[in-house]
Order: sequence, then C-alpha cells, then structure tokens
Amino acid sequence: MTDGMALLGPALGLSAILFSLGVAGVLLRRNVIVLFVCIELMLNAVNLTFVALAQLHGASGQVMVFFVMTVAAAEAAVGLAIILAIFRHKQSVDLQNINLLRG
Amino acid sequence: MTEAVFYVFAACAVATASMCVLSRSAMSAVLWLTATMLSLAALYVLLGAEFVAAIQVLVYAGAVMVLFLFVVMLLNLGHPTTDMRGPAAMAATVVIAGLLAIQLFALWSYSPDRLAAEIAQAPEFSDPASLFAAGQATRDDAVARGVVGAVAAPLFEVYLVPFEITSILLLTAIVGAVVLAKRKI
Repeated sequence: MTDGMALLGPALGLSAILFSLGVAGVLLRRNVIVLFVCIELMLNAVNLTFVALAQLHGASGQVMVFFVMTVAAAEAAVGLAIILAIFRHKQSVDLQNINLLRG
Repeated sequence: MTEAVFYVFAACAVATASMCVLSRSAMSAVLWLTATMLSLAALYVLLGAEFVAAIQVLVYAGAVMVLFLFVVMLLNLGHPTTDMRGPAAMAATVVIAGLLAIQLFALWSYSPDRLAAEIAQAPEFSDPASLFAAGQATRDDAVARGVVGAVAAPLFEVYLVPFEITSILLLTAIVGAVVLAKRKI
C-alpha cells in the first residue's frame, strides 16, 4: 500500500467540493462562456474520482480519464463554435438575451 | 509529507475553483480554471497517475483552455459587467449546491478498507475477484513497464474498440465546429 492510498477519502471529498462548485456556477452565472468553464470544472472533478479509485481498481480508471478528456475536448470545440455563431447573431453571450425557444 | 502536499494542492484547487465561479470577467474565469487544472495535475501525481497528470497539463491546461481563451478574446466582450442571477436564483443555488456538497462530502470518510468491506457485502455490484488486486498488479506493471506502458496496455487491449470510436467522435467534432463557425458554407 503506497501513501497515496490513505488519500482516497480526501480525494473523493475534494472532487465532491469541486463538482458542487461547478453546479453552483452553472446555476449562478448567465455568461455562456463561464457556464462552459463550470462544466469543464465538473468534468475535472469526475476525473479526480476516476484517478483516486484507479489506485485500487487498476489502470482502467486512468483509461477512462482519457476518454473523458476526449469527450470534453470535442464538447468544447463544438460548444464554442455554437457560442461564436450565437454571438454573431445576437451580439451577446448573456443567457438573458438568448431566449428564442421561450415562445 | 505526501498528505501535507496533498492538502496544499487541494486548498489551491478549491480556492481557484471558487474564484473561477465568482470572478466577473470570462477571461479571469478561464485563467482561474487553468490554475485549478494545474493543481489537479499535481494531485494526480500524488495519487500515482503520472501519465494522466502530464496529459492533463498538455491537453487540458494547454489545448482546451487555449481554445477557450481564443474564443473569449475573439468575442471582445469589453468591460465585464456582473452576470450573476438575481437573489432568488442565488438562494436556490446555495440550497441545491449545498445539499449536493453535503451528500457527496460523505465520501471524505472512505478508506480502501471500508470500500473493500462494502464491496464484499454486496458482491453483485462488483466482481469479487477484483477486490483491489488489480491496483497492486497495476503498480507492479508500472514498475516493470514504466508509467506509460501500464496505462497503454489496457487502452490498446481491453478498450481498443472505444478508443477507435473516439476517433469518429473527434472527426465529427472537427466537422461540426468548422460548419458552425463558418460564416457561409
């Protein structure tokens, strides 16, 4: 057992804090870019959980982190392109002004 | 010693993440998140995932965050005005995120022994044969084949099909981003 093992609980607790901060950011902010940043924060919190449990369950957890990173990169590229398109249309990144679906 | 370093970087991660959520301008939010990711990379090293830490710095803090910065600078949003929601939404946020944090924070008391005991009590949730022997095997593997080899072996053997599907996902993302960002197709 390495000394990293003793940190399993604190690592999971830290990822809980980071995930909750990300949720709070998504609920609190109206800037679309900051919203996106908070989603990245949540993905990172989940990655920390994977890495912490990979100490026990083998390298599969670390492989999962790579998949999460890939999906996050793809999501960031497409999402930022959408933000650019909306900004060109509306001249704003504030969610208050993006309410086309509200009817 | 390891624990002290862990708590230092954990405090860094929480502080920078809070600043990221609370900072006014999108630019500083992105830069604070980069700091969070660098602290997390340090934590990954402490948790025995050196290769993941390197990729975290290169891909996440390096590439993804640069993409965010490019977009923030491209939009040229001018002086940041506050974009927090009203007091009702703020109260709801505190309640929801607080409840979530309290529930998830129970994980703090987890130790490998307790996890093993719980899995042993409910074997249908997990393969009992994998009761943490895999972690030891990975560490031996890392000693024998190096840190990268220990991660590469499952990636290209067990997870080969998901790995290949990932390439399709990336191709779709590239095409989608180009189509969306182009003014006229």
